[in-house]
Amino acid sequence: MLAKRIIPCLDVDDGRVKKGVNFVNLTDVGDPTEISAEYQRQGADELVFLDITATNEHRKTMADIVESVSSQVFMPLTIGGGVHDVADIQRLLKAGADKVAINSAAVSDPELITKGAEKFGNQCIVVAIDVQKTAGKYLVHTHGGKKATDIDAIEWAKEVVKRGAGELLITSMDKDGTKNGFDIELYQAINKVVNVPIIASGGAGKVEDFTEVFEKADVDGALAASVFHFGELSINDVKQAVRKAGVVVR
Amino acid sequence: MFAIVDYDTGNTRNLMKAFNYLGIDNELTDDKEKILQAEAVILPGVGAFKAAMAELEKRNLVNTLKKVATNKTPILGICLGMQLLFDSSQEYGLTNGLGLITGSVEQIPDTGLKIPQMGWNQNRIIQNSPFDDINGQFTYFVHSYYANCDRRNIISAVDYGISIPSIVQNKNVIGMQFHPEKSGSVGLELLKTFQKMVKTNDFSSN
Repeated sequence: MLAKRIIPCLDVDDGRVKKGVNFVNLTDVGDPTEISAEYQRQGADELVFLDITATNEHRKTMADIVESVSSQVFMPLTIGGGVHDVADIQRLLKAGADKVAINSAAVSDPELITKGAEKFGNQCIVVAIDVQKTAGKYLVHTHGGKKATDIDAIEWAKEVVKRGAGELLITSMDKDGTKNGFDIELYQAINKVVNVPIIASGGAGKVEDFTEVFEKADVDGALAASVFHFGELSINDVKQAVRKAGVVVR
Repeated sequence: MFAIVDYDTGNTRNLMKAFNYLGIDNELTDDKEKILQAEAVILPGVGAFKAAMAELEKRNLVNTLKKVATNKTPILGICLGMQLLFDSSQEYGLTNGLGLITGSVEQIPDTGLKIPQMGWNQNRIIQNSPFDDINGQFTYFVHSYYANCDRRNIISAVDYGISIPSIVQNKNVIGMQFHPEKSGSVGLELLKTFQKMVKTNDFSSN
């Protein structure tokens, strides 16, 4: 049986990890490779890097980071942020990414999902979806959550899987930053309509939140950023608690 | 030197990075002489069986790899590279493989679980070998097909609706269905174990 994955997410800006990471034993708290190695030691199952810079110049930096991290850290790496075309996907995979996450570009050019999946295989195409509930409906947002669309998130999830997405990374904007738990209903709704792994993101604050999203929504992975970076929770705390509740983790 | 067979398959470079990290001398090559003279041959692979066999044939490497096996040189196939070691695959129509281990590669049957199997699964030992430390450990899998083979060639397995071989072996020919280069310290240890087996020529376990 597959283990449920616990996934730290790192925001990268111009080659540096953006949110101040608070591990005492690091000599350089902004260095993606050092932080990744520390997360590997802690038992993270996978790492997600989001490039939050906008320029092309910085995007090359992202490939360099992947190259460096994948030389020192031996677990699955998912890279997202600013992925616009097949060449972007190829560059990141070649640098050592295992999966590439597409978000806004998937909405503006859904063909990109199909092209990426056909060329590199479904397993390395992740579609990231930012969701906010508006008037009782889950709606897709793009451009780092800044732009609202009228696309129904549940329908969109179905559509991207049909087009070849091998995994979904779903962020609840309503829950993001609240630390009061994952959006269980959202993941239940999406899990009902797709048959690919789902990574839940947004709302993690305490160990029970992880247990809840695995038990109630049966997602495949749970992602968090600040609670891990600031040392409020360790990967190990989460795994112990989740395991105690009877969920299989590594 | 470990020769990593270069036949334009997916992420072989991550495998090289793992060997480099472990200080194991390796080279990515499709040069027949180098492959035949290597201390061990690593057959990587990501993608589809049929396309991979076609690519090996295009580079005249099918007979080279068979010769490597007859020469008793250790071979390690990884993921699709492991599947290529078998007689045949049903992926996109019946295709012959290298035939170095008896068995066929078949689709993971639908037992209600998501396919591909993608993630960390827990190994259990089927028979004792230098890889015994894998027992109870999780390794990272990404695959939709599995090796249906004789129990005597199965070193370890994972459960995914059915029992799926994770390490297979026929004397000097070894295959890993998971990605050791993506399986953290457990995966690196397994590569080190393979290196030790190569150094001591310890392929007697089956």
